[in-house]
Amino acid sequence: MSVDSVITAPQAQSLEAQKIVAQFPEGFVSESVFRGDTRIMVERAYIVDVCRLMRDDPDLQFNFFGECLGVDYLDKFDDHRFEVVYNLSSVVYEKNGKKFGTGRRIFLKVGVPEDDATVPSVVSVYPGASFPEREIFDMFGVRFQGHPDLRRILMSDDWVGHPQRKDYPLGGERVRFPDGKFGPSVGEVAVSHPGESYYGKTGDTQGEHYSRSRTPTPDKGPGTEQPPPAAPGEKAQG
Amino acid sequence: MAIDSGRLDELNTAATLAQGVHIDALDDQTMVVNMGPQHPSTHGVLRVVLELDGEIIARATPHIGYVHTGIEKTIEYNTYMKAVTLTDRMDYVSAHINNASYTLAVEKLLGIEPPPRGQYLRIMLMEIQRIASHLVWLGTHCLDIGAMTIFFYAFQQREKLLDMTEMMAGVRMMPSWIVPGGLRGDAPEGWLERGKDFCDDFPRAMEEIESLLNANPIWRERTQGVGMIDIEDCLALGVGGPTLRAAGVEHDIRTAVPYSSYDQMKFHVPVGQYSDVYDRYRVRMAEMFQSREIIKQCIEGMPSGPINVDDRKIVPPPREELDNSMEAVIHHFKLWTEGFHPPVGEAYVPLESPKGEIGFYVVSDGTNRPYRAHMRPPSFMNLQALSKMAEGRLIADVVAIIGSIDIILGEIDR
Repeated sequence: MSVDSVITAPQAQSLEAQKIVAQFPEGFVSESVFRGDTRIMVERAYIVDVCRLMRDDPDLQFNFFGECLGVDYLDKFDDHRFEVVYNLSSVVYEKNGKKFGTGRRIFLKVGVPEDDATVPSVVSVYPGASFPEREIFDMFGVRFQGHPDLRRILMSDDWVGHPQRKDYPLGGERVRFPDGKFGPSVGEVAVSHPGESYYGKTGDTQGEHYSRSRTPTPDKGPGTEQPPPAAPGEKAQG
Repeated sequence: MAIDSGRLDELNTAATLAQGVHIDALDDQTMVVNMGPQHPSTHGVLRVVLELDGEIIARATPHIGYVHTGIEKTIEYNTYMKAVTLTDRMDYVSAHINNASYTLAVEKLLGIEPPPRGQYLRIMLMEIQRIASHLVWLGTHCLDIGAMTIFFYAFQQREKLLDMTEMMAGVRMMPSWIVPGGLRGDAPEGWLERGKDFCDDFPRAMEEIESLLNANPIWRERTQGVGMIDIEDCLALGVGGPTLRAAGVEHDIRTAVPYSSYDQMKFHVPVGQYSDVYDRYRVRMAEMFQSREIIKQCIEGMPSGPINVDDRKIVPPPREELDNSMEAVIHHFKLWTEGFHPPVGEAYVPLESPKGEIGFYVVSDGTNRPYRAHMRPPSFMNLQALSKMAEGRLIADVVAIIGSIDIILGEIDR
């Protein structure tokens, strides 16, 4: 989350935030500005109402649904793990002599806790949210209530887990050899490269806290071979 | 044939699992037909499940994900500089524009902007790529509808543009030439002249193609009045680019929210009227001529000077300096191993890609790797309109409609 400036309810500055505060005072959480972009955090129970306000208010007219995306922050925030970001813009056009749109762009955000990973679906307001919401469900496991067809979209239907979560390891799939045995996954044998530490600073232990401790150990099948411990400095074989 | 309800439940469970379709009990007239994922007209591996009433389409459900490669996940494990190479592979026929969309988002995080020459070269590369992408669309779209000759004429012109990219970057399709801070290198000798030659020859070649299509009765029958969609549906579905402009909306990110130096370029935004497949064809053809205008303006007004920002923490030093400056060696080493650390924040810059609005949403946590990088995929959003456009049309029209929204599966699946 941006740190440039976080503004709370009484000082809501942007037009969009003022409208939200006026209509849904409990729905507004905070507003932040970073490099000229306004991001408004709203309560997730109000997201459908806020989106409808954004679309229908004559001063706002956010008619173009850009997209929505998920971000996994793990335990960075106390009250939520995931964030869903809605990217709305207002396209200026003319139809039958009437002008529509303002040309503004707004980012709405909702926080989603891990133990109750559900968000009301905005498909009823913006039909274009259908595919992006399915993608967020597929990649992060956030369920969208009221979505007409919430299925996996990019991964196969029988896939287990949600790959874009930060605790889902890269290369987490174990390699199956022709004799039926399983070799280690890339993540299990990866050795960090000297001079190119994962978190940018050499000796930074925050990285351990972020990924390793939360990586679920894959359950070992009967034919599993444990990888030999890699010698320090030896280049790991994927 | 009537089906009893117990049997129908069983069928529906199987059908939902296998195809994501639901069989309606009251209407035993509809038939489910599978199209793809290996169908040549689907531009890659797109599978469409068609529910048919006779030969009329009741519903078209796209199924995607066959070439999902987890690029967004992989970006999180690479430094900002290395991640540029992954963006080429998303929309593989407009690589420069993908590079630029990622690069501009990272530059917004860093708060930098390259000097004028860098910006002009970027615009030129992006417009070259736009024409090349539209030519691929033109060739394959006509091939789908049955006009095979156009494919060869279009790819002949595209070859010239790919040669220009090769001259600059050494590769034809995956250049990764636009990087945070500027470009990887300046234009080689004779490159701008090549561009000028192309601009001179291009209108004649396009006239040849248009003369084969514009008045062709078969082409008009297949495209006019097909796949219509109104403005409000387009906007609410997130459909942008030529498909939206063909509906009559004069919306182009290059003029609405100018990035790089597009505000210094003079061009106009072609719009359609009827929002059908034929209008999308006309809009894209007109856009290619506008791109040619922009390339000409770039060549004429090309500023001299540096192409990269003057910051050794972001842009590596030139090769000559490495031989006699220890500091340059240190900068070079640090940049290519550790990279740079943008401040904590989130950035999104919209760009106009050949398919619609493109942009990377990059989240930085202050380290040398993007915490999250998500591309707004224009084809992915445009594909949602397929069902709306195809409802009530014939199967043969689906082929024309898929071609007209110009989808690239590499970008849809990422």
